[in-house]
Amino acid sequence: MAELFSQDLATGVGRSLKHDSADKHVAGEAVYIDDRLEFPNQLHVYARTADRAHARILRIDTTPCYQIAGVRIVITHEDIPGLKDIGPVVAGDPLLAIDKVEFFGQPVLAVAACDLDTARRAAMAAIIEYEDLEPVLDVVEALRKKHFVLDSHTHQRGDAAAALATAPHRIQGTLHIGGQEHFYLETQISSVMPGEDGGMIVYCSTQNPTEVQKLVAEVLNVPMHKVVVDMRRMGGGFGGKETQAASPACLCAVIAHLTGQPTKMRLPRVEDMAMTGKRHPFYVEYDVGFDDSGRLHGVNLDLAGNCGYSPDLSGSIVDRAMFHSDNAYYLGDATVHGHRCKTNTASNTAYRGFGGPQGMVAIEQVMDHIARYLALDPLAVRKANYYGKTERNITHYYQTVEHNMLEEMTAELEASSDYHERRESIRRFNANSPVLKKGLALTPVKFGISFTATFLNQAGALIHIYTDGSIHLNHGGTEMGQGLNTKVAQVVAQVFQVDIKRIQITATNTDKVPNTSPTAASSGADLNGKAAQNAAEILKKRLTEFAARHFNVTEEDVEWRNGHVRARDQIASFEYLVQQAYFAQVSLSTTGFYRTPKIFYDRSQARGRPFYYYAFGAACVEVIVDTLTGEYKMLRADILHDVGDSLNPAIDIGQVEGGFVQGMGWLTTEELVWNAKGKLMTNGPASYKIPAVADMPIDMRVKLVENRKNPEDTVFHSKAVGEPPFMLGIAAWCAIKDAVASIADYRVQPNIDAPSTPERVLWGCEQMRKAVATAQLIEPETETVPQ
Amino acid sequence: MIQFLVNQALHSEHALDPNMTVLQYLREHLGKPGTKEGCASGDCGACTVVVGELVADESGTDSIRYRSLNSCLTFVSSLHGKQLISVEGLKHQGELHSVQQAMADCHGSQCGFCTPGFVMSLFALQKNSQGPDLHKAQEALAGNLCRCTGYRPILDAAAQSCARPCRDQFDAQQAQTIARLKAIAPQQTGELNSGDKRCLVPLTVADLAELYSSHPEARLLAGGTDLALEVMQFHRTLPVMIYVGHVAELKRIDKTTTHLEIGAATPLTDCYGALNDEYPDFGELLHRFASLQIRNQGTLGGNIGNASPIGDSPPLLIALDAQIVLRQGQRQRTLALEDYFIDYRITARQDSEFIEKIIVPRASNDWTFRAYKVSKRLDDDISAVCAAFNLSLEDGVVSGVRIAFGGMAAIPKRARACEAALRGKPWNQASVERACQALAEDFSPLSDFRASREYRLLTAQNLLRKYFIELQSPHIETRVTDYV
Repeated sequence: MAELFSQDLATGVGRSLKHDSADKHVAGEAVYIDDRLEFPNQLHVYARTADRAHARILRIDTTPCYQIAGVRIVITHEDIPGLKDIGPVVAGDPLLAIDKVEFFGQPVLAVAACDLDTARRAAMAAIIEYEDLEPVLDVVEALRKKHFVLDSHTHQRGDAAAALATAPHRIQGTLHIGGQEHFYLETQISSVMPGEDGGMIVYCSTQNPTEVQKLVAEVLNVPMHKVVVDMRRMGGGFGGKETQAASPACLCAVIAHLTGQPTKMRLPRVEDMAMTGKRHPFYVEYDVGFDDSGRLHGVNLDLAGNCGYSPDLSGSIVDRAMFHSDNAYYLGDATVHGHRCKTNTASNTAYRGFGGPQGMVAIEQVMDHIARYLALDPLAVRKANYYGKTERNITHYYQTVEHNMLEEMTAELEASSDYHERRESIRRFNANSPVLKKGLALTPVKFGISFTATFLNQAGALIHIYTDGSIHLNHGGTEMGQGLNTKVAQVVAQVFQVDIKRIQITATNTDKVPNTSPTAASSGADLNGKAAQNAAEILKKRLTEFAARHFNVTEEDVEWRNGHVRARDQIASFEYLVQQAYFAQVSLSTTGFYRTPKIFYDRSQARGRPFYYYAFGAACVEVIVDTLTGEYKMLRADILHDVGDSLNPAIDIGQVEGGFVQGMGWLTTEELVWNAKGKLMTNGPASYKIPAVADMPIDMRVKLVENRKNPEDTVFHSKAVGEPPFMLGIAAWCAIKDAVASIADYRVQPNIDAPSTPERVLWGCEQMRKAVATAQLIEPETETVPQ
Repeated sequence: MIQFLVNQALHSEHALDPNMTVLQYLREHLGKPGTKEGCASGDCGACTVVVGELVADESGTDSIRYRSLNSCLTFVSSLHGKQLISVEGLKHQGELHSVQQAMADCHGSQCGFCTPGFVMSLFALQKNSQGPDLHKAQEALAGNLCRCTGYRPILDAAAQSCARPCRDQFDAQQAQTIARLKAIAPQQTGELNSGDKRCLVPLTVADLAELYSSHPEARLLAGGTDLALEVMQFHRTLPVMIYVGHVAELKRIDKTTTHLEIGAATPLTDCYGALNDEYPDFGELLHRFASLQIRNQGTLGGNIGNASPIGDSPPLLIALDAQIVLRQGQRQRTLALEDYFIDYRITARQDSEFIEKIIVPRASNDWTFRAYKVSKRLDDDISAVCAAFNLSLEDGVVSGVRIAFGGMAAIPKRARACEAALRGKPWNQASVERACQALAEDFSPLSDFRASREYRLLTAQNLLRKYFIELQSPHIETRVTDYV
């Protein structure tokens, strides 16, 4: 035992343990909701959705549905016993359409039957008559008409108008930024089991079990204590299951309530893509003033988010776009307006970065535009605008940027990626290559960590130690693949100094840890890791007090290491200590709690410290572009990312690489296209193209910043990692624009909206060729390219 | 009745619904939920399984060939006489298979939902591997989407799997499995019949021709990668199918001195070698044709037969002046492929007539063939424009020219005005520019979510310009796909 005591714990924090479910994933043994055993009287639900973008419902006739054998029940909004609206923050999302439909794909009625195919056929048999209303499908039209789901909001520091008027140079521009389908591999699914006293057990693939619990209780008109939500794992979430997992859960609950039968609803891929919201597309207008070095004097930004038909989380999402419209840069005198445009499309929702990426793309476009205007290397312009350490370090929302690592990280990445040599060799390549052109870009990321709705920054955990020394761990976070459960278990293993095998990771469950926040805003490990650490430390303190009594030493004499406890010259195993504590009537179970310190934000003044800290990163991407077709291939990506003192480097690198590729996909091949009637045409993986294996850069070099603890008192001084790396993908988009700009000697900004599909890239090339032909090498002419 | 092995267990089925897919069979019928449904359209690979088939080499030695396929697009009837391996079959005596271990070791799973599909693609890769090969790994995985990892750890797992292939239970039981597959090898026309629906499985062309003549309403099932979408995506019922995948004569490739004769039911994977030897650009296009799972199932005849305007092989075959042999009962006729396509999804095929083989001229020194596929994503995507150019020169003058496009019209179509602008003209920039203008007479393409009409036309013109550059200035780099 003495020898074991002298060894370090191999499974605590900082170790690259594999995902706790890895062996089950690879064996096909990890159970997702659709894999659960079904009951003999299982019902399957299919929703009939609107086939138009905006219409009044004149008549619904469900009698034809019942002609089909196997149909159990058909429900419309009239059958909902409680609240009919499941809007997460404010009302606006009817569970089933009430009198009107507001997007193509909105659920109007739901059929439960013995199997999904029967439910589908019955749903399609219903008769629904509409009177069409004029839809608004275009975000610019909505902006001009002030057709908003929520009021606009402004961040302001200084006098932007005056700064623009006096700046040595001034440019304006517009940009469309596309949305993004989450494309979690597991589509939305819920399975509900009715219980005693009007209760419900809800198995739901959700990032937000507490909200599902609340909404199910509301639609059933029962108290929350009647509803238990259980969530073991999601097959991907990315924000798409923060609010929009609730609709299938609530439909199942209503049907289970009305029929008394177990009820499941799994959305087929096409229905999932049509019914659920996506990352917000944005339309951006910018007006910026700067000096000869490219340094900003003033900025006027209008960020118009396309929210779809209802508010959902758009209030906070557009706020976060505004918060991140500085990215890493001191904007000078700045006015940033955020607009929440209403269109007749599915309600756009949380997606990794939560608006932040769109704000950052806007300012990165400005950086590139300035560089082309001044004929400077875009990296030089970026560095000229970086926040300072002691001055020029206050954001446009008045938070001081502390512990800023970007200057040194950029220097390290410039060196390790050979940025300047490659810049020169690319210029030489391009001069001699008439068809293929290479591009290079190095872009930074500064991302604020905390929910901007301050109250959400809280978490709970529950730990039981059993008499054999095994540990049951539960917390309020949800596992969607990001390795949260592994990290939290490592934290608990570290505190108790026990092997992680002792710790049983269990499904997130609202009757174990109540009133949880969604697993979102990258906060999962920060919040739940701290709460679990708190619980573990409470129990460790109890056990230490007991050990001191038991071994007749002081508490300071009790040391914990690698599965053992030493009290001066006596060493006992963890399970021995636990058994003795049990016999001594010591409680071996407790909850833990955490709330984030220091943060505050006054939205009415648009001032405060909404973020506990910032996470930093930088990426350098090289691309090759075919100027005859617009096709491209990523050649190399060098990434340096800051995760503080990593809880698990392997998992963190997985987040960095996966985030980068997902961000790259958003800005390159992932294009959402609606037709003139508001129907989503890219409604499956045949038409909507997320990155495939050959799209990742040929040469990918990813590194975490080493030996840099988070200066704030986070869980073992780590940093959040879920969202920040997503925005490393912006470098890929900027590199494509760099390659295209080479056609006109880097003097004209190519107007390439995101995503930069081969088609948009080819129009960018045409714009460059036209500029060369007409020798208009300073200002790009505004032209309309076919979209 | 049809018979097949699931992992090592023999299954005999006769009353199954012939419209049931292997995915539904595994998940719902057998209660094996390890295989996942991600899209039910063959685009994400979450449902990937491996099918083992008996093959005999030239010396007559039997072995089992393992191939990945999408179980969501595979009807159960096509399992007849084969071994189905699902993710549940890999773990052996409580131990992970070496490809599963590699995925776990390399942190290749995050949410885990795509993982069983990747594992099965890696298993097939390992079974066909001669050691780590990045290009082969990318090819094997191009039809598997992962939204979490960014793929690097999965490629690491592929390298590890192929570097250290262990003798597994499939190797250990190979002789036994071969014997069992031989024992269930189809001897006569098989049938799956669920009362109102049936699928017939003939073994010879003569039987196929006879069955099709007596069931003109039947749908021919080859790879099923398109036909199964009617069931999985459009929720239609296929009451009568005839599965042609067991007709050996339709899966042969014969090489004469002048032509390749490719049986219509030859999977695209098996067409690769012969076509790539003659026309490297055809091989390159096949690499980017859908995914490996689809190419393992989908056939050359099927790609022609479904008459899609965006099928990738027809423009190439038309530019190569390929012919097809159509058969109806005992009657055969030969038709130039370009005459097969009449209008959108309308062909020259008559009732009960089927494509028996495709005849492709072999490469000659006089002609220069190039093909180009332009799509949003490089791998596993449908072409916005697919172009094929074939040209012969005499003393710098265009003596022969065949140019065909996909994605530009309602059918795969020759660019006759463009050809006319080149034929008999000097092969120079001026002729090419005139030919580019002529393309606008040949085509007025549509705008859709893949591309606008303007993009399609400009890209078609630019591909001709690219072809010219490649022929005149071979030192100039023109293809991003060369960077792998």
